Amino acid sequence: MSDIRLEKVKKNFGATEVIKGIYLAIDPGEFVVLVGPSGCGKSTLLNLIAGLETITEGDIYIGGKRVNDTPPRDRDIAMVFQSYALYPTKTVRNNITFGMVSRNIPKADQDAAVEEISTLLQIERLLSRKPGQLSGGQRQRVAMGRALVRKPDVFLFDEPLSNLDAKLRIEMRTEIKKLHQRLGKTIVYVTHDQIEAMTLASRIAVMDNGHIRQFADPAAIYEDPVDLFVAGFMGSPPMNMIPGKIGAQDGQCVVSTGSPDEDPLDFPLPPALYERVSAMEGRDVILGLRPEAIFAAGTELPGANRFTFERPVSVVEPTGPDTMILFHHAGLDVVARVRPEDARPEGTLFSFEADMEKTKLFDAKTTLRI
Amino acid sequence: MSRKNLSGIVQQTGAQHVVMRTLLFLTLGVFCLYYLIPLIVMIATSLKSLEEIRAGSLLSLPQEVTFDAWNKAWSSACVGVRCDGLQPFFWNSVAMVVPAVTISTILGALNGYALTKWRFPGADIIFALILFGAFIPFQVILLPMARTLGVMGLAGTIPGLILVHVIYGLAFTTLFFRNFFIGVSSGIIQAAQIDGAGFFGIFFRIVLPMSLPAIVVTVIWQFTQIWNDFLFGIAFTVGDSNPVTVALNNVVNTSTGVKEYNVDMAAAIIAALPTLAVYVIAGAYFVRGLSAGAVKG
Repeated sequence: MSDIRLEKVKKNFGATEVIKGIYLAIDPGEFVVLVGPSGCGKSTLLNLIAGLETITEGDIYIGGKRVNDTPPRDRDIAMVFQSYALYPTKTVRNNITFGMVSRNIPKADQDAAVEEISTLLQIERLLSRKPGQLSGGQRQRVAMGRALVRKPDVFLFDEPLSNLDAKLRIEMRTEIKKLHQRLGKTIVYVTHDQIEAMTLASRIAVMDNGHIRQFADPAAIYEDPVDLFVAGFMGSPPMNMIPGKIGAQDGQCVVSTGSPDEDPLDFPLPPALYERVSAMEGRDVILGLRPEAIFAAGTELPGANRFTFERPVSVVEPTGPDTMILFHHAGLDVVARVRPEDARPEGTLFSFEADMEKTKLFDAKTTLRI
Repeated sequence: MSRKNLSGIVQQTGAQHVVMRTLLFLTLGVFCLYYLIPLIVMIATSLKSLEEIRAGSLLSLPQEVTFDAWNKAWSSACVGVRCDGLQPFFWNSVAMVVPAVTISTILGALNGYALTKWRFPGADIIFALILFGAFIPFQVILLPMARTLGVMGLAGTIPGLILVHVIYGLAFTTLFFRNFFIGVSSGIIQAAQIDGAGFFGIFFRIVLPMSLPAIVVTVIWQFTQIWNDFLFGIAFTVGDSNPVTVALNNVVNTSTGVKEYNVDMAAAIIAALPTLAVYVIAGAYFVRGLSAGAVKG
């Protein structure tokens, strides 16, 4: 088992800096997910770890060994590609054994390895087929088999599920997680799907524009985002971000939102936030409330620091287990998550309750968490 | 689209439709005939005896089929002073076209692979320069090429002609393969790299088997070009090393004796047969290759 260490890693393509000095320490056996919007550099970072791109500046260590100048074949890694990248003219068996053939591993060992992996992934029946005759899910399995058969120290996954349909994606997601539990190998996994990141990772690195914004476990990323970007990227539907001003009201700290001519709301801040913002009166802030922190009044067990207000329902979006109710406030559509039975039709005046304990506050200028 | 797919489409019916269809197929038939007449005339004439040619009209079918003209064209017609027919020159052409097509195709595949999958600084400029070779008129290089062959000691030989065709073919073969490989997912190359294969390992074991459609297109193109070439053949070979195209010219353009149209026609068909054969054989592979190589991402 190997750890991976990135120190001040930079990558330029011509004049464009794609990776802008990244430090990352991945523990042995960890499942790290690199997540971010398209073009944030996450796939490039993975390719740098794989050795498929040359590093411009900085150092990469795998298992304590500096691998900057080590070609991919000698890095003891295996990679699963988004496009599966199966060899189209080879059978499934030969796809899986190609790496061993290239490394001159004895035929008997090859057969044993194919046997073991194909049983593990349930692809025994497919071994003599060509990739063109397989379904998307089967190809995905074969691609994983090709990676697993090498028994490397580090697995790299480049958006492996994004070509699958929704149902299969969830199945394969669970299988990958089980696989990691069973093998315990270090995995670096790239995705743009924040749910995949949340469900799989032991730690998530949220990337944006060549930087890592936050590197923490899923709960911390979700509940304790460092800035607006991380808060907005993780979670679906995304966090409501209501611009407002810090003020005082009846000896309480509040965030005043909405312009005076359209029903402003003063969200009272919980004590935990008081102290941090008491000196900031008048400061422009963004109030972050996840949809599940706003619900129908009185439908949850009572708690401290609840804030109740009324707004007309503008849109109702049932998802099955929950119903999203959108209302208009401060020039935004604010999303609340309610139980389906509490939903009311568009236009009705609805009584919302916000759990202010779960409020996140961000500086409007720096976008950093307060 | 296959015929099976087409048959499901709802078609128009009615008198007007029938008239239009008839008109369409009539027109197509006329065009078909127009293009086939030269071939029909050639085959018919080659199967007639000289007397019959003199007596009958150009378009009439042979009264009495005889293969004498074919025999003569193949083995006893006089090419210049030598009267062995086209046969030796035909084998000259084969000896030239096989290595020339093979070498230029393999080199083109290697070029296309390197230019697309092992990107290096200046790859696009190098490709542009190679491509420029496709636009150089043949006549321009005749003299420098003759001099080069002379210096290399290959003047007037078949290996010399092979070299010329390989060099001239590279621009096209590189273009074909480069355009094919640019559509091949780079992930496959990367996967093979991680699997531990090197530049040539990936080329021969992964990339080349995938490129059957490109190989077939290139082989058809190169074979047709090289087999049918006359200019390089006449400029860079002499007498016994002439390719069949030059020999054909010498058979047809003799100024002595009676004009044997039947022998001329048979000789022309013999000289053209290999290209036809390549179209028929490789064309089938071409279509098959196109559909077999398709793997969706």
